[in-house]
Amino acid sequence: MLKVAWLIPILPLLGSAFHGLLGRRLGKAAVTAVALGCMLVPLVLSGLALLAVQAAPGRRIDLPYFEWMAAGSMHVPFGLVLDSLSSAMALVVTGIGTLIHLYSVGYMWEEEGYARYFCYLNLFVFFMLTLVLGSSLPLLFVGWEGVGLCSYLLIGYYFDTELASAAGLKAFLFNRVGDLGMTMGMMALFAAFGTLTVGEILVKAGHLGPEAGFGVLTFATLMMFVGATGKSAQIPLYLWLPDAMAGPTPVSALIHAATMVTAGIYLICRLAPLFLLTPITLTTVAWVGGATALFAATIGLFQRDIKKVLAYSTVSQLGYMFLGLGSAGFAAGFLHLFTHAWFKALLFLGAGSVIHAMHHQQDLFRMGGLKAKLPVTFWTMVIATLCIMGFPGTSGFFSKDEILFLAWHKSPGLYAMGLLGAACTAFYMWRLMALAFWGEPRDRHAFDHAHESPATMTVPLALLAAGALLAGLLGLPKIWGGSFAIEAWLEPALTFGRAELAPAAAEHGGDALAWGLMALSTTVALAAGYTGFRIYRRGPAAEEAFAARFPALYRTLSSKYYVDEAVEACILGPARWGGNLLWKAFDVIIIDGIGVNLPGALTRASGDIAVLAQTGRVRNYALGMAIGAVLLLWIFLK
Amino acid sequence: MTTLSSILAGSLQGYILVSLLLFLVGLGAVLGRRSILIQFMGVELMLNAANVALLAFARFRGGDAQGTAFYLFIIAVAACEAAVGLALVVGLYRHRQTTDTDRADALKQ
Repeated sequence: MLKVAWLIPILPLLGSAFHGLLGRRLGKAAVTAVALGCMLVPLVLSGLALLAVQAAPGRRIDLPYFEWMAAGSMHVPFGLVLDSLSSAMALVVTGIGTLIHLYSVGYMWEEEGYARYFCYLNLFVFFMLTLVLGSSLPLLFVGWEGVGLCSYLLIGYYFDTELASAAGLKAFLFNRVGDLGMTMGMMALFAAFGTLTVGEILVKAGHLGPEAGFGVLTFATLMMFVGATGKSAQIPLYLWLPDAMAGPTPVSALIHAATMVTAGIYLICRLAPLFLLTPITLTTVAWVGGATALFAATIGLFQRDIKKVLAYSTVSQLGYMFLGLGSAGFAAGFLHLFTHAWFKALLFLGAGSVIHAMHHQQDLFRMGGLKAKLPVTFWTMVIATLCIMGFPGTSGFFSKDEILFLAWHKSPGLYAMGLLGAACTAFYMWRLMALAFWGEPRDRHAFDHAHESPATMTVPLALLAAGALLAGLLGLPKIWGGSFAIEAWLEPALTFGRAELAPAAAEHGGDALAWGLMALSTTVALAAGYTGFRIYRRGPAAEEAFAARFPALYRTLSSKYYVDEAVEACILGPARWGGNLLWKAFDVIIIDGIGVNLPGALTRASGDIAVLAQTGRVRNYALGMAIGAVLLLWIFLK
Repeated sequence: MTTLSSILAGSLQGYILVSLLLFLVGLGAVLGRRSILIQFMGVELMLNAANVALLAFARFRGGDAQGTAFYLFIIAVAACEAAVGLALVVGLYRHRQTTDTDRADALKQ
C-alpha cells in the first residue's frame, strides 16, 4: 500500500485535469464516473494508510520522494508523511469529500458548468490532501494556497453574478493577510531551526528547554496562528466566510465547513509541540477562539438567510476548536474538528436540500412547514442539530464538552464564553429548524412545488447522519466508561515523543467537576434550544415583536455588529482615499507629468525649433552640402 | 605676373582654374535656379569640371593612365545619371505639373 500512497493526492489531480480538458466533450456521465472514482480510490487508500500507520513503529511513516529545493543550507524534500494525525485527517477529507461529491451529482446535475464544478472540486481535494500529507512546511503551504485558490474559484462559481465574484475576491484577499503571517512564521522557523521539514523541526524543538519558548519561537507560532485565523475564519479575519456562502451549497459543506476552514486547526495540531513550548501563543489562541465562538454565535441569532446562520455557526464552531487547542487540548480540538466535519457538512447539505426543494429560496422567513414534504432532510437535520447543540450522547456533545472542560482549567472566563456560545448555538439552530420545518408555509407557491431530493442527495445525508451520531465514540470520555481514544491515537503526532508534553489537564479536578460542568452546559443548551424552538414554532412574528421592543440590539445583531461597515470606514475607505491621492498626486503629476510627458514635451519643442531648418527646397539642401564640402576641404587642407 | 604668363603658356594652374570656374558655374546653377532642368545641367557642369581637373592632372603627371580611365568611367556614369535624372524630371512633372523645385517642398513639416 505504501508504494502507491502518492496516488492518494494525485488521483484527484488527474480527475481534475480530466474534467477540465475533456469533461465538456465527454458529457456528464463520464464526469460523474471519473469524479467519484477519483474520490473512492483515495478513500480506500487512506483507510489502508490508517491501518499501516497503526502497525508502524511510532505510528509514523515518512515517504520522501526526491529533493525539491536545495539552496545554500536549505534542503526541502518532496515527500509525504503518514502519521496518526495526517492519516486521520486524510480519511476525513476523502470520506466527507466522497459523500459530498455524491451529493453534488444530484445538486449540480441541472447546472451549465457541471464539468467545471467537478474540475474545481477534485482540484480542491488534491490540494487539501497535499496540505494534509505534505512532509514539509513549503509543501503544506502549496496545499494551503491551493485550497485558497479552489475556494476562490468555487465561491465565484456563479461568476456571472457580481455578488459571487466579489465574495470570492473577498475570501482571497482575507486569506492573503493570513498567508503573509504563515510565510513569516515559516521564515522564523527556518531561522530558528535551519530546516523546514516538519519532522526535523519537531525533533529539534524536542531538545529545547521550556525557556526557549520566548522570542523567535513565540513570534513564529503567533505568525502561524495569524495564518490559521485567515484560513479558519477567526477574529479578526472571519469576515470572508459568511460571504463565501455565495458558492454552491455542497461547496459550503465541503470547503467552508468540513475541510478547508479546519486547515488552521490542522496546522496547529501539526506543530503542536512547538505551541506547547510557547504558552503566550497558546493563551492567545484560546482567547481568540473563545471570543470568536461567542461573537459569531450571537451574530447567528437573527440571520434570515439559512446559509448565513450556518456560516456564522461554522465560524463559532471553529472558535471552539481553537479554544480547545489553546487550552492545550489538541486531541479535543481535533475531535471537534472531526465531529464538526460530519454534522456541519450534514447541516449544509440539508440546507442545500431545502434550498433545492424551495427553488433557491434561502430566506428562512419564506419557508415553514417543510417537515412532511422533506422527511429525509428533516430527520437528518434534526440529528445534526442535536449534535451541534450538544445533546447528550451525540458526537457534538462529547467533543464540545471536552473543550469546555479544558477551557475551565485554562480560565473560567473562557468557559463562560464557551457556555454562552453554546447557549446561542442551541437557540439559533432550533430557530432555524422551527422556521424551516414547522409552522405554516409562508411561501405557498414554493411550498406546493417542494419535493424531496433525489437519492444521490438523500443517501449522503443519511450516511453523514450516521457518522454524526457515531463520530463522538472516538472521544468517549473516561467518566462515560470510554478512554478518550482519540487522544491515545494522536498522542505520538501531538507530543512527538515528548511524553512530558502530553496534556494532563484531564487528570485534575476529578470526576465530580467533570460531571458538574457537563450537566451545566447540557442544561443550558437544552433550555436555550427549547426556548428557540418555542418562540419560532409559530413563525417569525415573535422576532418582529422582539425587534420592535429592542430595536438597537436587534439591528446591531442582525447587521453583524456593523463590522463590515467598520472595515469599510476604517480600512477600505482610507485605503481607497490613499489610492486616489497617489493616483492623482503621484501618478498623474509625478509619473505621468514629470516622468513621461515632460521629456516628451521637451523633445517636441526642440524638434519645433529644428524643423525651421527644413524648408523642403532642394536648393537649400544643396547649399548645405556645398558648404559642408567646403568645410571638409578646409579642415583637411589647412 | 609669372603665374598669369605660365597660365597663358598652358601650365597646370590654367586647367585647374578652368575646372574651378566651370564647377562654380555649375554650383551657381544648382543653387541659384529653381528649374529642375537648369539645376540638372548645373550638376552635369560640375561633373565635367571634375573631368577637366582629372585629365589635367593625368597629363601633367606624365600621361597617367589612371586619370584617363577615371575620366572615361565618369563619362559612362554621367550618361546613366542623365537618364535617371531626366526620369526624375519627368516623374516630378507628372506628380506636380511643375519643374520648379521650390514648389516640390513636401519634405517641409
